[in-house]
Amino acid sequence: MYPSRFRYEAPTTLAEAIAILATNDDAKVLAGGQSLIPMMKLRFASPATLVDINNIPDLDFHGADADGTYRIGALCRHAHLEKSTTLGDHQPLLASCAPLVADPIVRTRGTFVGSVCHADPQGDWASCMVALDGSITAVGPNGERSIPVKEFVSGPFQTVLAADEIATEAVIAPAQGTRVGGYLKLERRVGDFATAGVAIGLDMTGGTVASAGIGLTGVGAQTIDAAEAASVLIGSSLEPDVIERAANLAAEVANPRSDHRGSASYKKHVVETFVSRILGNVQREELQVA
Amino acid sequence: MALDEVKIGGLGASRKRVEDNRFIRGKGNYVDDVVLPGMLYMEILRSPLAHAKINSIDTSAAYAIPGVRMVMTGEMMAARNLAWMPTLSYDTQAVLATDKVRFQGQEVCAVIADDPYIARDGVEAIVVDYEPLPPIVNPEQAKAPGAPLIRNDKVGQNNNVIFDWEVGDRASTDRAFAEADKVSEIAMHYPRSHPSPIEACGSIADYDRSTSKLTVYMTTQAPHIIRAAVSLVAEIPEHMIRIISPDLGGGFGNKVPVYPGYVMSILASILLEKPVKWIEDKTGNLISTGFGRDVYLKGQMALRNDGKILGVRMHTDSDHGAFFADAQPSKFKIGLMHSAFACYDVPTAHLTAQGVYTNKAPGGVAYRCSFRVTEAMYFQERMVQAAADDLGMDQAEFRRVNLVKDDDFPKRTPFGFLTDSGQYGKCLQIGLDAIGYDDFKKEQEEARKRGRLLGIGISTMTEPLGAGNSREYDILGIKMFDSAELRVHMTGKAILRTGAKTQGQGHETTWAQIVAHELGIPAEDIVVEEGDTDTAPFGMGTYASRSTPVAGAAVSMVSRKIRAKARKIAAHLLEVSDEDIEWELGRFYVRGAQDRGVTIQECAMAAYSNVPDGMEPGLENNAYYDPPNLTWPFACYIATVEVDPETGVWDVLRLVAVDDCGVRINPMIVEGQIMGGLTEAYAMANMQFITFDEDGNCVGSNYMDYLLPTAWETPGFELHEVVTPCPHHPIGAKGIGECATVGGPAAFVNAVMDALKHTGVRNIDMPLLPDRVYEAAQTGSDISGMPPVKTADD
Repeated sequence: MYPSRFRYEAPTTLAEAIAILATNDDAKVLAGGQSLIPMMKLRFASPATLVDINNIPDLDFHGADADGTYRIGALCRHAHLEKSTTLGDHQPLLASCAPLVADPIVRTRGTFVGSVCHADPQGDWASCMVALDGSITAVGPNGERSIPVKEFVSGPFQTVLAADEIATEAVIAPAQGTRVGGYLKLERRVGDFATAGVAIGLDMTGGTVASAGIGLTGVGAQTIDAAEAASVLIGSSLEPDVIERAANLAAEVANPRSDHRGSASYKKHVVETFVSRILGNVQREELQVA
Repeated sequence: MALDEVKIGGLGASRKRVEDNRFIRGKGNYVDDVVLPGMLYMEILRSPLAHAKINSIDTSAAYAIPGVRMVMTGEMMAARNLAWMPTLSYDTQAVLATDKVRFQGQEVCAVIADDPYIARDGVEAIVVDYEPLPPIVNPEQAKAPGAPLIRNDKVGQNNNVIFDWEVGDRASTDRAFAEADKVSEIAMHYPRSHPSPIEACGSIADYDRSTSKLTVYMTTQAPHIIRAAVSLVAEIPEHMIRIISPDLGGGFGNKVPVYPGYVMSILASILLEKPVKWIEDKTGNLISTGFGRDVYLKGQMALRNDGKILGVRMHTDSDHGAFFADAQPSKFKIGLMHSAFACYDVPTAHLTAQGVYTNKAPGGVAYRCSFRVTEAMYFQERMVQAAADDLGMDQAEFRRVNLVKDDDFPKRTPFGFLTDSGQYGKCLQIGLDAIGYDDFKKEQEEARKRGRLLGIGISTMTEPLGAGNSREYDILGIKMFDSAELRVHMTGKAILRTGAKTQGQGHETTWAQIVAHELGIPAEDIVVEEGDTDTAPFGMGTYASRSTPVAGAAVSMVSRKIRAKARKIAAHLLEVSDEDIEWELGRFYVRGAQDRGVTIQECAMAAYSNVPDGMEPGLENNAYYDPPNLTWPFACYIATVEVDPETGVWDVLRLVAVDDCGVRINPMIVEGQIMGGLTEAYAMANMQFITFDEDGNCVGSNYMDYLLPTAWETPGFELHEVVTPCPHHPIGAKGIGECATVGGPAAFVNAVMDALKHTGVRNIDMPLLPDRVYEAAQTGSDISGMPPVKTADD
């Protein structure tokens, strides 16, 4: 690869990294590099400075706090989540998504938080974070702030992160009852961008949906929050007519373009089908438990 | 005692590939691994537009970058009469654009710099003022009245048509249709694809003024043709040109043509008197080099009610891009398209073909097929399925009725080829038994009742592999034969060189096996070398599955020449006359006294130390082989699939392959070739195509858009074999490298069509992406014809 000339910095503390970001125009943070490096290779991105955060300790973690709050650090790789033995107990949606992210090579290097920060409408994790109403912790010269993921992404490949801020972790609130859900993605080949993807996160109490979120991948200019579709699920026990209504509403809010992955109407149809399938699976599993 | 042939690595030994010793250790030596002292680097500026007039090119900012040595432009090439070069199809191709650009990705400038980073900085600094012209992206647009003229550079070219061509017998075909009980029709597009070898193209030109010698390291499947072409284009005497094709990271036909990058690196080296390296990136490879297919096919079949085929009409509209640069035998404008229906008893047929220019990349290479045979066999097998369905006849039975019978050989095909051997019915039966045809049909019916869509698809075909003979096959007049040179050293070890060029086929392994078979010298004692025109004998290179049929035969023949001389030496050593000498593998002995003998190694030693009076010393020779006919392997591929009616996604349940490629030299390598070919066949059927939007932008310029299947989605393959030796090849071998790419796609597509048969859908164009399958199943209508990519919102 022959990128444009750039400066490379490899700080060993967060403070140092933030200082470099604050004093350099056009600096980019390098975590897993699975999107940034290809873009630099093609010279679609030509940052003047790369701030490699891989030498900063204590950013590679994932797990639940005592209260059930789930945290994923900035250097947690997709593969760590894919191979995690505890993720599924806390976050079934993430566990079902992890093996579908890109391909095994990308999963080994790429990071969860990096994927969310990349704000690609094709990002799988961003849809999961929307479905789970998660947030991003950002640290900058003036300290730390928490940004709900639904406000974090401001457009395609754009976030509200300031130039001198680093996203240090993704945070997901504890479940109200039992957390269930799943992710489905249609791709032409492993590692392909999604033709369409659907993430659903539900909290169930006594066979009833207590809270719900639906995120849609690759069917709009950014990750889509199918809030209205999710809202019809609340209070229900996922009866067939409820599922159908949610599926229809999710398809309505999808706003895909026709391209070589499929026509817009087809992609909407896939969204509808996948919402039904995920909710159908959850409903069958709930019945088995009951 | 004769040697055990398999133990010495002769015919039939599944010997591990010797080349892999270096490849799996990362010790291969590819063009990009070659570093010469003082080497400079070249990078190409490509056109962002499909069709545009060039108003001006400003290179001053590029020259201002420290380390930029030279910026080459079309104007500069034109001053040296090198702006245009001849193609392999008697057309011309721009080396660097002068007047206008004719496809997205066309070479506009080249920057030569001290390192590849600076070269790219230089490319970014060039300012080109383009004036966009309306682009043409398919044959329909190319032929429309008032269409912009793409090749306004050509005197006398006043439209976008390249050729009109026909073959077969129109009158008798018309008669057959007049007598038909039923006429079946089908139309389809075989989409543009790209061979996409993992290693892209590249070259290092090294012109030495003190010796006047030009050495070029180059990614080429045909180094000798390149030497001749460079000699003609650059006006350098042929003996002053040395082409070295080192290890190749795949070729699949992509590395047959001469590319502008090669020519520019040569000129740059001559002008700057430094070695100049050009290594293409993957996008450059995908958008500018030899593509495959892009043919619209339609046709009709005249049928009798009992299922007998009476005749076939075919028409092709082929899209060749901006320059007619197909790499194919020059006599045939649409390759060997007329090999269609060679395995069926079809009394008469007629093919018309029209080729057009479009604002797309040129090339039209035989992407892992013998010159358009892929399109021919795909059309054939899709037509056969449609005809059987129209007659309400079982797919397998329809083939049984029409396949050429074993005792009908030699058999003239409807377009005039001569097939010479095969056991077609047996192959089909083995395939049907392996897949459990009748049971699957029952399972399919049961599944349908529960809303599940299962399908089974058959593809049977024979294809012409191994061009020449030289009477009919030449490229620009250069006859298609091949050669081998064998030197046996005094200790009985040997070096073999051929004019072919391995690029993954395993020649270093299999050629040694042929020598082992002929001479009894263990394969491990033979080193094989190819690709250096200063040392290798002349040959037309490796493509179109021609290596084993032609160069492999030459290996046999040169070994036999060596054996004939060794026999005389043996007679001398054993003090008997030649006629009293018998041969068994690895050893000569006296007739009637088998214990009195000498080994081939002892003969080799004697050749350098104790030859009979009057005999030249040494034990080396060469052979040129001009095959009497093509070889005709046969294949039967059967796929079963399940289609998800809700999403259109289809999964392969099983794929059974029955291949008859005659005698197998190395069964493991043959199986590897078949599995690789089936993987590419699956890719084409399922996911792979390059298309263009209405502005002429290439969709498929990178590996996110142009998909190569991974081990994850590639189905498992079940392989079976039948062996019908080739009657004219010295060891009975036939070509095999491309059978599965050629015959495979129709098996998958026929299976999906079978699953959708109840909907009335007859055709979905490849690739069978889920949205197309879903849409066809929902609407009951075909999805064929024009490039189906829609870029506007619904």
